[in-house]
Amino acid sequence: MLIMELTTVWFALIAILWAGYFLLDGFDFGVGILLPILGRDDRERRLLINTIGPVWDGNEVWLLVAGGATFAAFPEWYATLFSGFYLPLLLILVALIIRGVAFEYRGKRTGEQWKQRWDWSIFVGSLLPALLWGVAFGNIVRGVRLDEHHEYVGTFFNLLNPYSLLGGLTTLTLFTLHGAVFLALKTDGDMRQRANALAAKIGIPAVVIAAAFLLWTAIAHFDGVGVVLFALAAVALIAALVANRLGREGWAFIATGITLVLAVFGLFVTLFPNVMPSSIADANSLNVDNASSTPYTLKVMTWVAVFFTPIVLLYQGWTYWVFRKRLTVEKIPV
Amino acid sequence: MDALDLARWQFGVITVYHFLFVPITIGMSVLVAGLQTAWVRTGKEQYLRATKFWGKLFLINFAIGVVTGIVQEFQFGMNWSDYSRFVGDIFGAPLAIEGLLAFFLESTFLGLWIFGWDKLPKKIHLATIWLAALGTWLSAYFILAANSWMQHPVGYEFNEARGRAELKSIGAVLTNSTTLVTFPHTITACLLTGGAVLVAVSAWHLKRRNQEDVFRPSLKLGAWVVLIAGVGVLITGDLQARIMTEQQPMKMAAAEALYNTDKPASFSIFTIGSLNGDEEVASVRIPSLLSFMATGSPNGEVEGINNLQQEYEQKYGAGDYKPYVPVTYWSFRLMIGFGGLAMLVALAALWFTRGGRTTTNRWLWLAGIFAIGAPLAANSFGWIFTEMGRQPWSVFGVLKTADGVSPSVGAGTVATSFIGLTLLYGVLAVIEVGLFVKYAKAGAPEIPPESEAEPEDRPLTFAY
Ligand code: HDD
Ligand code: HEM
Ligand code: HEM
Repeated sequence: MLIMELTTVWFALIAILWAGYFLLDGFDFGVGILLPILGRDDRERRLLINTIGPVWDGNEVWLLVAGGATFAAFPEWYATLFSGFYLPLLLILVALIIRGVAFEYRGKRTGEQWKQRWDWSIFVGSLLPALLWGVAFGNIVRGVRLDEHHEYVGTFFNLLNPYSLLGGLTTLTLFTLHGAVFLALKTDGDMRQRANALAAKIGIPAVVIAAAFLLWTAIAHFDGVGVVLFALAAVALIAALVANRLGREGWAFIATGITLVLAVFGLFVTLFPNVMPSSIADANSLNVDNASSTPYTLKVMTWVAVFFTPIVLLYQGWTYWVFRKRLTVEKIPV
Repeated sequence: MDALDLARWQFGVITVYHFLFVPITIGMSVLVAGLQTAWVRTGKEQYLRATKFWGKLFLINFAIGVVTGIVQEFQFGMNWSDYSRFVGDIFGAPLAIEGLLAFFLESTFLGLWIFGWDKLPKKIHLATIWLAALGTWLSAYFILAANSWMQHPVGYEFNEARGRAELKSIGAVLTNSTTLVTFPHTITACLLTGGAVLVAVSAWHLKRRNQEDVFRPSLKLGAWVVLIAGVGVLITGDLQARIMTEQQPMKMAAAEALYNTDKPASFSIFTIGSLNGDEEVASVRIPSLLSFMATGSPNGEVEGINNLQQEYEQKYGAGDYKPYVPVTYWSFRLMIGFGGLAMLVALAALWFTRGGRTTTNRWLWLAGIFAIGAPLAANSFGWIFTEMGRQPWSVFGVLKTADGVSPSVGAGTVATSFIGLTLLYGVLAVIEVGLFVKYAKAGAPEIPPESEAEPEDRPLTFAY
């Protein structure tokens, strides 16, 4: 029965990697989306970018590792997911490309137009993934048209159904809120106040949209534990708004983080033991058994993960500690 | 073109593009770390200026290396889903390990290095760039282990019931003899490339007698690295050729366009003619060299393409087992030739600047500046040879390239991504080169006097 256990372990690990990705790159995306809204001039926009400067690339690696781990532990899932969701994934890749380059290149020339174009790249490059990851997860949970070879036989437009689009809006608003709360925590002075006020404003639609999506999920794909997790996520989201109102930025950030993590866990629990249900026939669904690697590969990967994940967490945590100070506009060289 | 051809073109273009930036990252990270170490140990300001100057160029290059790498990670699932299903049990592991061990290290410590100049104690700050450099080497090791498994599959078993290859020994995969020679060959080629960047940019400044205190040592450092790494590339390349002949004899035969088994076999430096097995028009040949490269003995027998084709038909069934010979033949020569060219330029640079001398011959300086293209070309041709020479196999002797492509992805979809990404990459190349040239020409920065303020209150110096 070892195989049963290890596949479950890896299902859980992949859930953790995605949760980590949403938690970390989530606020990066939020900051990118808020760039044109909170950054009124060049110096303010640089302030915003520098709050995530040292960490955004490390945060993005959570995605790469989630992808690599899926390939190693559930090759069939990796193959079906990435070939099936081809065009949305391509859009995400293009977005991540222009966004990554923009951070590095924006400040390397003067000139209005140069900066405007990169600001736009950061905005679009953050908005698209924030929206599309939600759409992708909506579709995974909802089930897509998989044939008996586990190949996706639907079209691009099949992926744009109301439930999944609502999922996209959920991640979009939650990431934006998460980013606003992060900025209130990481800046000082005027920017801190404005970020705080904006978070309060985004909070209302974020609660409504997220609640609608999670409720829809709970009703359409009922799972007891999943519902509990969704309920806790909702509580955390409300707590975040309260903490934000009280000016307790640290708590607000922890709470939006918990919201994202619990929501991802809830979706994965709802999915289990499937990894990609088929909407054509149950027999076509991919699950933790028919998608998985051999027990040997899973065992090897488990050792690697057990050994190295703590080290990664330690040094990434240390990075956040080194750059814990709030930034202000005055620190940004003119 | 059908989806298969498009997917192959896409893989080739996107990956060769990624590998234009990768060797510069791998080579320069060590050189920048070395310069910073020199500064920390000697306290000489010129080393600090050199560190900051080369560090900036390194970062401009690194950005594209990172974003193009993301595409690589997903490309297997998007265009090659049957390949992914078939090999995932084995191939996924090194890829995931690369992410966990290498990419986290690289990205996190580079972030600390860029933003930590005023925040970290000097020695710890120095350690961050070394750790980032270590990350690039680890990354190379694991991805090359994955690739080497495709060249020479080991440590696996075919599972009939599930129709896939399954891992039996991770140790065998990570210590594949192919990996053990490919890794040093690639790493030395990367160091050579990093050295050539130093030579080229320094030559531009020394031609104008700019900042000689920074660029003269940089030129020397770069040139020595090119030469020493170049020797390493030759030695490891020789080892590789022997292993390759053992494991993929067809590739060696195709590298020489050797149609009929020969003993001793000569090596042609170039050939005029069609390379399709007909009589050639003319060629320049070195007797016995191919025998030596392939077997280590000047009298060794080297199998020919036609003989191998027959052998493979018996072993694997009817089919065409010949790679496209003109590409393998020329890419092999161009790899060696361009690498040799870079070494010649480095040698000349050392000779003409020996003992504090300089030269006013602008052609020499121009050669130095353009030398940067040579290793980039050599690297690309090396990979084109390695990968095209393996065709029609994707995993040698196990899975054909044609059987790996995604069955559910249409030609229109692949064409969209191929054209879209190629255009995007083209634009990025123009921007990257523009910035690289701008910062290369700007020269090394002056170091502002140490700020009086507490570290925490100083403005960010190296930030975005
Ligand atoms: C011999 C070295 C080598 C080779 C053959 C490849 N790469 Fe690469 N890759 C690197 C060496 C490297 C690097 C030196 O580690 C890079 C280059 C610039 C950089 O930022 O890291 C990198 C970046 C990089 C990244 C971004 C990492 C980040 O965000 O920090 C990914 C996801 C990949 N690569 C994936 C791949 C895949 C799937 C490849 C195979 C098809 C591949 N690379 C070929
Ligand atoms: C960065 C260095 C690399 C370069 C420049 C490169 C280039 C190429 C080229 C030119 C082809 C041949 C295209 C064709 O004939 O169809 C190819 C094929 C392939 N390579 Fe590589 N490659 C590199 C590294 C890798 C690595 C590290 C892997 C795996 C980990 C890999 C996996 C493949 C696969 C799956 C194919 C088959 C698909 C195809 O034929 O296009 N390559 N590559
Ligand atoms: C006498 C000189 C050289 C020899 C004999 C040599 C030999 C080889 C061989 C046999 C391969 C193919 C390995 C395989 O497919 O299994 C290879 C690949 C390669 N070569 Fe070279 N090489 C030489 C010089 C160079 C130079 C100067 C460079 C770059 C500066 C270079 C870069 C590469 C790269 C990037 C690859 C692909 C990666 C790999 O398979 O290692 N080589 N070389």
